[in-house]
Amino acid sequence: MGKNTNHAEATGNTVGTVGSVSAGWDHLGKRGDGPARNLLEVRNLRVSYGGIEAVRDISFDVPEHEIVTLIGANGAGKSSTLRSIVALEKPAGGSIRFDGNELTGMGTEQIVKNGITLVPEGRRVFVNLSVYENLRMGAYLRNDDLQSDLDWVYSLFPRLKERSWQAAGTLSGGEQQMLAIARALMSRPKMIMMDEPSLGLAPIIVQEVFDIIREINQMGMTILLVEQNANMALKAADLGYVMETGQITLSGAGMDLAQNPVVREAYLGKARG
Amino acid sequence: MDFWSKNLPYLLAGVSVGGQYALIAIGYTMVYGILRLINFAHGDIFMVAGLVTIYASTVMPLYLSIPLTILVTVILGMLIERVAYKPLRNSPRMSVMISAIGVSYLLQNLALYITGGLAQVYPTIPFISNTVTIGSATTKVVTILTPILMIVLVVLLIQLINHTKIGMAMRSVSTDFETSRLMGINVNRVISMTFIIGSFLAAVGSILYFTNYPSVIPTSGGMPGLKAFVAAVFGGIGSIPGAVIGAMLIGIVENLIKGAGWTTFSDAFTFVLLIIVLLFKPTGLFGEAATDKV
Repeated sequence: MGKNTNHAEATGNTVGTVGSVSAGWDHLGKRGDGPARNLLEVRNLRVSYGGIEAVRDISFDVPEHEIVTLIGANGAGKSSTLRSIVALEKPAGGSIRFDGNELTGMGTEQIVKNGITLVPEGRRVFVNLSVYENLRMGAYLRNDDLQSDLDWVYSLFPRLKERSWQAAGTLSGGEQQMLAIARALMSRPKMIMMDEPSLGLAPIIVQEVFDIIREINQMGMTILLVEQNANMALKAADLGYVMETGQITLSGAGMDLAQNPVVREAYLGKARG
Repeated sequence: MDFWSKNLPYLLAGVSVGGQYALIAIGYTMVYGILRLINFAHGDIFMVAGLVTIYASTVMPLYLSIPLTILVTVILGMLIERVAYKPLRNSPRMSVMISAIGVSYLLQNLALYITGGLAQVYPTIPFISNTVTIGSATTKVVTILTPILMIVLVVLLIQLINHTKIGMAMRSVSTDFETSRLMGINVNRVISMTFIIGSFLAAVGSILYFTNYPSVIPTSGGMPGLKAFVAAVFGGIGSIPGAVIGAMLIGIVENLIKGAGWTTFSDAFTFVLLIIVLLFKPTGLFGEAATDKV
């Protein structure tokens, strides 16, 4: 536990330096600027695949500037939820409101234009494009000058700068995850969704990924995080939801859920008591 | 020296035909790169371009009928994708392939209906039909022009793919549709763009190719289409430089075989090459290895 506090402090320091590099990132506002409002509101969402309901009537909120996590076992419907928010799956019913706009019925490009990006499961960087080109693709919908944002993501991820001209396929798993996050940042979203960012990474890299998640959140970014690594996710999150077979069974502040005996037994591998 | 003077005409013809095959082969390889689809209708689009030039030049001067040919061919290519391939985007690949075969027969039969089965005389395009003498060879200007024009177009295309935003988007879409959508890329527009480029090059190729032939019939697209396809497979389908190299090789060897007096076997060479490639190096010269690092 003590180790973790140190990490948070170290991250806090980096934020200071990074914040000075990025000039234009005030558009998000910071947490605590007035009353928290819900950036994303999902109501009665249902998603099915060929008659099987993967998501059954779930409702949840993502307050602006917070980290919200959906945790649950494999197949609980977490990924389907994220994918339906960006219209990669067509919801069978329900409503998804983001920043005052109804997203259901919109195409993926339009939703991205509205300010949501998804860092997909398994990273999915464009392996045949260079690191730099991947970042350019992240900013595909923008026509303004990218230089200050490029400088900013390179300062967040110095290793990407070193490998700027390398094909993304030659990066290690951890570097690819960093690139996937950096690529998502390049679109200047209001909210980033991440699907299993720690999947298949070494523990030390997982720690780095979570440091980055906290860091970009401190800059005002709203984050919706799907994780099987419930321990890490709940420690980072302001708000958590537990999903089980397509339904939300528990919700609460991240720290409270981490202490909850049911959660501890089912997802944190710790015995009750 | 004697060998050279004897074979120079065939070598020149080979380079020229190779350039024409290359212009068709790029259409195959680019569409495959993005959709993983062999566009069997591509050779017939090439034939239709020939017919459009013929019919257009009966009612208007060539300086109008040639641009019109290019425009009509590009629209046709785009339309085929919209009508016959796009609705099958989420279907098994076999369905799209069968749809492509269907479009191929549809175009051939439409052409048969319109031409009445009669060979249509291809117009003589001035300048490129003029005769030039190079060393021991007497040939048409088009023979010299084809490889030059082909290389210019290929260089421009590679610049587009490597250095522009739409080119980057094409490369992204070719690796991952879904993630491309997440970047805000309109995948359908990128696919249309690919068909536009392929059809444009096929139209240019048809003008260069048919100038050497007296007429166009509904099956005129078959053989050059098939050879361009073999060229694309030989070069590694999906790779543009591969398609160009494959097409040049097929064009040159085919004509050298003719020069040696074995004209009967010149087509056989192409298909023996296909069998050898498929047996020993199915991914071709520059084909992507089938491994995906995740």
